Amino acid sequence: MSFNNPTRRGLLKTGAAASAALTLPTYLRADGHSGFTNAPQGSTVTLGFNVPQSGPYADEGADELRAYELAVEHLNGGGDGGLMNTFSSKALKGNGILGKKVEYVTGDTQTKSDAARASAKSMIEKDGAVMITGGSSSGVAVAVQALCQEAGVIFMAGLTHSNDTTGKDKRANGFRHFFNSYMSGAALAPVLANAYGTDRKAYHLTADYNWGYTTEEAVRSSTEAMGWETVNAVKTPLTQTDFSAYIAPVLQSGADTLVLNHYGGNMVNSLTNAVQFGLRDKQVNGKDFQIVVPLYSRLMAKGAGANVKGIFGSTNWHWSLTDEGSKAFVKSFGEKYGFPPSQAAHTCYVQALLYADAVERAGSFNPCAVVEALEGFEFDGMGNGKTLYRAEDHQCFKDVLVVKGKENPTSEFDLLEIVEITPVEQVTYAPDHPQFAGGSLGTCNPGA
Amino acid sequence: MDAILLQILNGLDKGSAYALIALGLTLIFGTLGVVNFAHGALFMIGAFCAVTFSKMLSFSHVVIDETQKDFLGNPLKVDVPYLYDWFGQATGDAIIDWAVPLSIIFTIPVMIAIGFIMERGLIKHFYKRPHADQILVTFGLAIVLQEVIKYFYGANPIPTPAPAAFAGSFDFGALLGFDPNTIIYPYWRLVYFAFAAVIIGAVFAFLQFTTFGMVVRAGMADRETVGLLGINIDKRFTIMFGIAAAVAGLAGVMYAPINSPNYHMGMDFLVLSFVVVVVGGMGSLPGAVLAGFLLGVLESFASMAVVLEFIPGINQIIIYLVAIIILLTRPRGLMGRAGVMED
Amino acid sequence: MFGLNKKDFGLMVIVAILALAAPFILNPFPEGSAMAQFNAGYPDLMQRLVIFGIFAIGFNILFGLTGYLSFGHAAFLGVGSYAAIWMMKLLTLNVIPAIIVSVIIAGLFSLLVGWISLRRSGIYFSILTLAFAQMSYALAYSVLTPITGGETGLQPKYTDPRILDGALEEGQTPRANLFGLDMNQGFELSLGGWVFTFNAGYYLAAVVMLIAFYLSIRIFRSPFGMMLRAVKSNQQRLNYTGLNSKPYTLAAFVISGMYAGLAGGLLVAMDTQVGAERMFWTASGEVVLMTILGGAGTLIGPVLGAGFIKYMENIVSKINKSVLEQWFAFMPDGIEDLLITLVYPFVGKGWHLTLGLLFMLVVIFLPGGLVEGGQRIGRVFRRRDANADSVESDAAEQRKPAAE
Repeated sequence: MSFNNPTRRGLLKTGAAASAALTLPTYLRADGHSGFTNAPQGSTVTLGFNVPQSGPYADEGADELRAYELAVEHLNGGGDGGLMNTFSSKALKGNGILGKKVEYVTGDTQTKSDAARASAKSMIEKDGAVMITGGSSSGVAVAVQALCQEAGVIFMAGLTHSNDTTGKDKRANGFRHFFNSYMSGAALAPVLANAYGTDRKAYHLTADYNWGYTTEEAVRSSTEAMGWETVNAVKTPLTQTDFSAYIAPVLQSGADTLVLNHYGGNMVNSLTNAVQFGLRDKQVNGKDFQIVVPLYSRLMAKGAGANVKGIFGSTNWHWSLTDEGSKAFVKSFGEKYGFPPSQAAHTCYVQALLYADAVERAGSFNPCAVVEALEGFEFDGMGNGKTLYRAEDHQCFKDVLVVKGKENPTSEFDLLEIVEITPVEQVTYAPDHPQFAGGSLGTCNPGA
Repeated sequence: MDAILLQILNGLDKGSAYALIALGLTLIFGTLGVVNFAHGALFMIGAFCAVTFSKMLSFSHVVIDETQKDFLGNPLKVDVPYLYDWFGQATGDAIIDWAVPLSIIFTIPVMIAIGFIMERGLIKHFYKRPHADQILVTFGLAIVLQEVIKYFYGANPIPTPAPAAFAGSFDFGALLGFDPNTIIYPYWRLVYFAFAAVIIGAVFAFLQFTTFGMVVRAGMADRETVGLLGINIDKRFTIMFGIAAAVAGLAGVMYAPINSPNYHMGMDFLVLSFVVVVVGGMGSLPGAVLAGFLLGVLESFASMAVVLEFIPGINQIIIYLVAIIILLTRPRGLMGRAGVMED
Repeated sequence: MFGLNKKDFGLMVIVAILALAAPFILNPFPEGSAMAQFNAGYPDLMQRLVIFGIFAIGFNILFGLTGYLSFGHAAFLGVGSYAAIWMMKLLTLNVIPAIIVSVIIAGLFSLLVGWISLRRSGIYFSILTLAFAQMSYALAYSVLTPITGGETGLQPKYTDPRILDGALEEGQTPRANLFGLDMNQGFELSLGGWVFTFNAGYYLAAVVMLIAFYLSIRIFRSPFGMMLRAVKSNQQRLNYTGLNSKPYTLAAFVISGMYAGLAGGLLVAMDTQVGAERMFWTASGEVVLMTILGGAGTLIGPVLGAGFIKYMENIVSKINKSVLEQWFAFMPDGIEDLLITLVYPFVGKGWHLTLGLLFMLVVIFLPGGLVEGGQRIGRVFRRRDANADSVESDAAEQRKPAAE
């Protein structure tokens, strides 16, 4: 008799176990069958889409879910195939994954690490999901990534931008396609120096939690390397809604640039407040006052309305890209839902496809085989140019977009314009870079 | 010096929002004895009245523009508001630009109606129930209201700008002889402050100088005796609930340009406004207003970079810290009466 | 028996049977059937049900007996969790020290908070506790990041210096255990179409919950519990008799804080991760809702309330459109679409709406919470389940006069 991780259930849906009605108690050993957690049985495989459906990021979560549904449709051979046509790897055939039809379960992360883990656990324990993906914040990504490592399933991170996800909190079973704070800083700094000069005094407002810290550090170090001076950096509470008290003193400090290391609702409010204060009409040190938002999200930029016009930031992907991959994705997403996808939708769709492709190439759903297939994998045609899934930290290295709020938007989706596509070489860093220090992947865990 | 002046200004403005919400909360508590956890939701609905009204103003028909392309490469569909057709583009734009101030006219009746429905339909049945039940049922209502808003408007904030005339900021520093740009304040926030002052003044005047207000105050002091005098106090209380809802709604409408409204903004304000009410003293209208301004000013001071250098994180906790200190030194808050919600 | 009278013993037995047979009771639908969506018998949810049951039982000792409405109990749960995870990082992965330390630390913290907050009563007390909890949350999320992990929280890593365990092998995943028995171990029993999961962690939590429940019965029936009820019904009169009620209320506060710490420690033992959101005011509000929803002042009410809310959160939120399509697939197309359109706003991402509506319905029609609902149903059927029924109605009676 053996005690073991009791996680597989899919095998019971069909086949021997179900037909053996009223058998004596059976002690199941997952590894007796396949050697890893939630090995898909029968003709289907279940993926878990864990996205925020309530709370401030619910709309972003909804867009992620749309992308996943589209990805499942394409994987199962429906629709126009989307990015599968432009993807450099041709392992996917539109007959599911390894011939198994893709099914999925959804859950609500509430953008809280506890709720996200509860939801992911129910997918693993109850629904037999063999891969968990999604999420819209780094706290959730790190928490769920650690859970997946423990449980022995693959985690394909959704939108998570903090260095920590593939830095001090990296895990062997977790993979991130999205870019990170360091890359934002490295891509933005030259563009900013170009546009605003190398003699700038910057004032940072930073969301007072991990992501804010890593973003501030990244932007500071790369702008200071360009010759900028950081006058002050003030931390603002996550729960803050009115930033007037933080923005009012900015002009007094002698700074001529304001960097808002904020995301989501914080970003919308702080940017709106800053523009309200008329900062952008002011002249300081003989220069026009400028505002920078290191991480842009089109969905959130919508909330700030006209205030984003002319403001620089970085983004992982934007629908106005004109490469074949991006065009194919925008087309199939746009035709299905009637509006262009967000960067969150893009990264989630790509992650789902990358996972499926890795399984096909590995020939197995075994997490360790998948990890091996993804590590060091180079691909193209997914919208960001040539991309590498680096083996050392499971981070994707690809071009980063520097964008600017559009002056004359033609529609409610047309808010950002691409200023520069920063080549991958410029945003690549060593795996032991100090901003990413202190973590270790460990070894892949197949569970069971 | 200028930094301190600036933060006082800031705090007064922030405090005016707190004071307005706390005022409505206290009106309901003081008159009806009901702890209304849905008050934040009323504030939020007020802000969405502004959103709805500006959507109504820019109600459009679609014109296909062959010269431009949309993201799929099809001819671009351009929304043209009917107002353009009726008044021409310039006048139409001006009207849409003034949507937020104009929506006040729309908000007042809507909020009073919501207040009446809430009081008659739900709150009325909870006058005799324990406070815990009141909290639970109004909390449930708050969740329902915000989920309904989320269903129709989504979870993202919706930009609701102030009229262009109020863009930019006023330079107080120049007025007071400081260097230019040291003390600047956005026009719209000054409008908000003045607006809050007017509303607060109006509510006090209404309670103090009208017969209706006198009866309500009498009812707050001793409901049964007033009832015995043959006055239909219930009806007046319903009206008071409507007024409180309207006050919350107006606070929300005018707040919409300051922070883009989203469906959970009410919950964000709820806890804070409760702290304000309690620090002011349960049931005391002047207390609520005073506490609102006090906490607003202190919060602004705590967020100064100099202060944060000495005490990191003080901006995170200042409101609660002050609340604890005040409640420990003044048992019933700043101006609370003995025996109100102490058991 | 065990110092319980016959009625209480009966109730205890019922709860014990429910807890131990939960894997069966919570999985009433066969695997693969359309209704399997509603099965709750998987380890994580079962664990959460009993752990939040403990949390609510503890909260009820304070709120149900003394009437003091604390709005900051999640802080004790969070502090307990942080204490437990640090034990696992520094000392050993065995859950026993972690749980014990979490109870002690939460007890000390609640002693401090209680000592200050209990100087005031009524809503002033509530706001004081809320203030402490919000400060804990805000600090844990931001400035205390080196200790709490901030946004990303804390998880044990194989690189942690575990003094008692010795270093783990390179890359090995640290797992919480009880003297070598992994908390997430267990086995599955398949009977026909049904699958029942028995999980070591769940049974540990369930046993702890039963002990906690037993202690709460003893406290309810003790002279100490009597004194707390006296505080609730009229504190002034109690003080006039020359008794100082403060030590009693403080003791109740600390006990309920320790229950919260216990729940926090167990949460970590089952799922080795802590995040600061655990201490946010909505989490404190949740335990208030659980207790009132189930029936404040009743013995079993808080457990029912906790189960109800956690079930909603975990089950209803997972019903998405494609699940609905499966359910209604047998209907004609038009009706299917109509039903999906009608039901969809209330499930999946709309689960909060359903939760809010149910709160309102329960409070409006069942002022005594779910327990009262059970009693009404019991009365309809004229079943004479003498044991449980009368105990609960006792408790419900006690609640009423004090409610004003």
